[in-house]
Amino acid sequence: MPEQKDKQIIIIGAGTAGCTAAGQLAREGYRVSLIEKDGKPGGKVNNWYQLFPDRRKGEEVREFLMGEIDNPLINISLSTDIDSIVKRKNKYLVTTTRGVMPPADAILMATGFDLFNPERKEEYGYGIYNDVITSVELEEKFNSGSILTSKGIPPKRVGIVHCVGSRDEKVGNFHCSKVCCVTAVKQAIEIREMLPATEVFCFYMDMRMFGPYYEELYREAQEKWVVNFIRGKVSEATENIEGRLLVKVEDTLAGKPLKMQVDLLVLMIGMENSLSGRRIAEDLNLKIGMNGFFSVADNHYGNNRSNIKGVFYAGTCTAAMNITDTISHARAAVVEISSYLKSSEREVEV
Amino acid sequence: MKNFGFSSIKPRVIDYDRNNKAVSDYILKHEPSFALCIGCGGCAATCSAARFTDMSLRKLNILIKRGENDEVRRLMNKCMLCGKCTLVCPRGVNTRNVIFLTQQAFRKLDNYAV
Amino acid sequence: MKLEGKKRIWKEFQKEIPDNHFFFVRSCIRQSFFPGSEQFLIKMLREELGKDIFEDPRHTTCTGIGYHGDVVPFDTIQAVVARHFALATEHGYKDILISCVTSFGIYEEIIETWKHFPETLEKTRENLYKATKREFEVPRTILHTSDAVYKFKDEIAARARYPLVDHKTGEPLKAVEHIGCHYSKMFPKYGVGGAEFPHTLVGMIESWGGEVIDYPERRHCCGFGFRQYLVQANRGYSMSNSLKKFESMEPYKPEFVLANCPGCTMFMDKWQYTIKEQEGRTYGVNGQGIPVLTYEELAGLVMGYSPWDLGVQYHMVQSEPLLDKMGIPYDKDKKYIAKDGSKMAGPKNLINA
Repeated sequence: MPEQKDKQIIIIGAGTAGCTAAGQLAREGYRVSLIEKDGKPGGKVNNWYQLFPDRRKGEEVREFLMGEIDNPLINISLSTDIDSIVKRKNKYLVTTTRGVMPPADAILMATGFDLFNPERKEEYGYGIYNDVITSVELEEKFNSGSILTSKGIPPKRVGIVHCVGSRDEKVGNFHCSKVCCVTAVKQAIEIREMLPATEVFCFYMDMRMFGPYYEELYREAQEKWVVNFIRGKVSEATENIEGRLLVKVEDTLAGKPLKMQVDLLVLMIGMENSLSGRRIAEDLNLKIGMNGFFSVADNHYGNNRSNIKGVFYAGTCTAAMNITDTISHARAAVVEISSYLKSSEREVEV
Repeated sequence: MKNFGFSSIKPRVIDYDRNNKAVSDYILKHEPSFALCIGCGGCAATCSAARFTDMSLRKLNILIKRGENDEVRRLMNKCMLCGKCTLVCPRGVNTRNVIFLTQQAFRKLDNYAV
Repeated sequence: MKLEGKKRIWKEFQKEIPDNHFFFVRSCIRQSFFPGSEQFLIKMLREELGKDIFEDPRHTTCTGIGYHGDVVPFDTIQAVVARHFALATEHGYKDILISCVTSFGIYEEIIETWKHFPETLEKTRENLYKATKREFEVPRTILHTSDAVYKFKDEIAARARYPLVDHKTGEPLKAVEHIGCHYSKMFPKYGVGGAEFPHTLVGMIESWGGEVIDYPERRHCCGFGFRQYLVQANRGYSMSNSLKKFESMEPYKPEFVLANCPGCTMFMDKWQYTIKEQEGRTYGVNGQGIPVLTYEELAGLVMGYSPWDLGVQYHMVQSEPLLDKMGIPYDKDKKYIAKDGSKMAGPKNLINA
């Protein structure tokens, strides 16, 4: 279709959403510029060892995404930040740190999420006690093939804390980050598999097993892998004289406070809308919701559209999502962009 | 020792590291479905004994797992063994067997056999 | 343990502390049980550091114990505190220096209430005027005396004759620091270092050469409260809280406990006596107790003042083992001799005596 080839779309962010959308748009015949601030594409999925619910290798999804962007119509620019975006009638003039882009007919924000900084929860002692780590740091340990504490030996007991930085008024994040519960269960199983002699305790407020086979994974964790679950929010972690971490939690189902020592404490840090995404949004006057994520035009049938015509959203910059839903969301964004570019409403101001 | 009219209070915190989990381990070994409990309380809601006493199978299961043996001893004898709990459990825990095994475990523990 | 993490948190909770012209209000408990402390604070700030500390003899108790014990209603205490502000205004002072942590908490609580509910401020102005014909301005800063000593800790360190080290080996002394609940748990932004890792006492101990112990029950309340010990039968509840702290700090073998709240200092000191008599337990090294000091007593010892002038002989747990370790000389015979040479009554059943 000759009309499509001169339409140019700029996608900001080459993570799961950005790469998926780029691949789909290119197959439709559009020219795509993919701008990524990191030195390599793939985004957060570059960190993950195995993915829930089936524990398939993160590597395989990365390969899928790399396949998506392997297309002559896609021009990818790495280690590139956005300096400014200006809307001129129905075109977008994007200036990056590598120069000015040719005017784009549509922008897709696929800027993704930032991980919550657990130093903000001082009572958990992240950055103060050596063996308090994040879920991301635990994935690094899985990738390296061994789980060792700061003492250089495998932990005898691991504690996993749910809801760090999510559902928490004290840090200003009321929202649920959705995927941390199933991640915690997956990581608990992975620890038990790598270290069969190690006990694992998950401290949760609720178990949010929303997706297909997630609840079954929770059951498998209890039945096959003997992961222990204690319902209660951890109030604090301190170090005792042996260098082990002392965890205090209310065992709500027993109706009493509980204390135990662990050798490693894993914090399930939540998702926040990325800071770099929000900075770019200022240029375009994009609306930010109460939860810090981008506001979508309609919660049910318009969640790829923004408040600005020609600017679209894909992925976790709009809400916490797992990889499956991010990919679906990105594909839906392509449909919206495509129909926007073909529609007559666009032709008005040329 | 002097007495000033008050005394120190024993902490009621569940000291997980100090508690003896032999009873819990015994039950898990002989009734593996015990591991599936999620504390939903369906069993306690239908329980015949819970209508008239402070028996709560939901609580009992948690206390067993935490090793709070004194309270477990007190509660386990209130069960009527009617079996209504087993009908309700959404996870398929054989709750009635858990009660049998708890009592068995304590008999063995008291005779130093566990 | 990573100190950089703690330092980042301390930086978030920094407080503006003025360095001169304070209107000083005293503490009921410190006046009665630690008179040497307040005495020394004023002497140190006025004579050693040349600061302007003003006291008005007409100021009263803040009625904090009554307020927290449900005996004094909120309207009354607002008027009492407003009267102190009126006295400060009368003499032209904008910064109030408070000796007691409970008072500090109450003053902050009242000022925050006035900020969020201006009608209460108006009502208080009315009440005070009707009762005493006084008018007042809301002060600029509310400062606790431990904040002031924290501000001047380096000046004190410069004058140190006996730093907090073992004088034979040079090893820093291990100290437990205990912050009063009303200092930073109520309004973390008004405490130096916030609520989780308060820095006020840590800063003092470290600049005077000591080492601070981080133990699991560091944040736990000492059990002072007000309601729980008013009735004798409830005191076990209070005592059990201090007991929990002692059991937690014992393995770290601290040389002393430093507290910034008069109630905490009193309780941590006196409960060691009660626990010894009732349960036969002590928590210091070699079956001794752990001396509990106020920050003025510690500053005084570090600067070389006589321990008996500072009043440490009136604690239940005697400080001789600490004094010996620091190399501070003292005369056993002069312990309970007054300035005019007469013998004062001494407490009985002391620990470490």
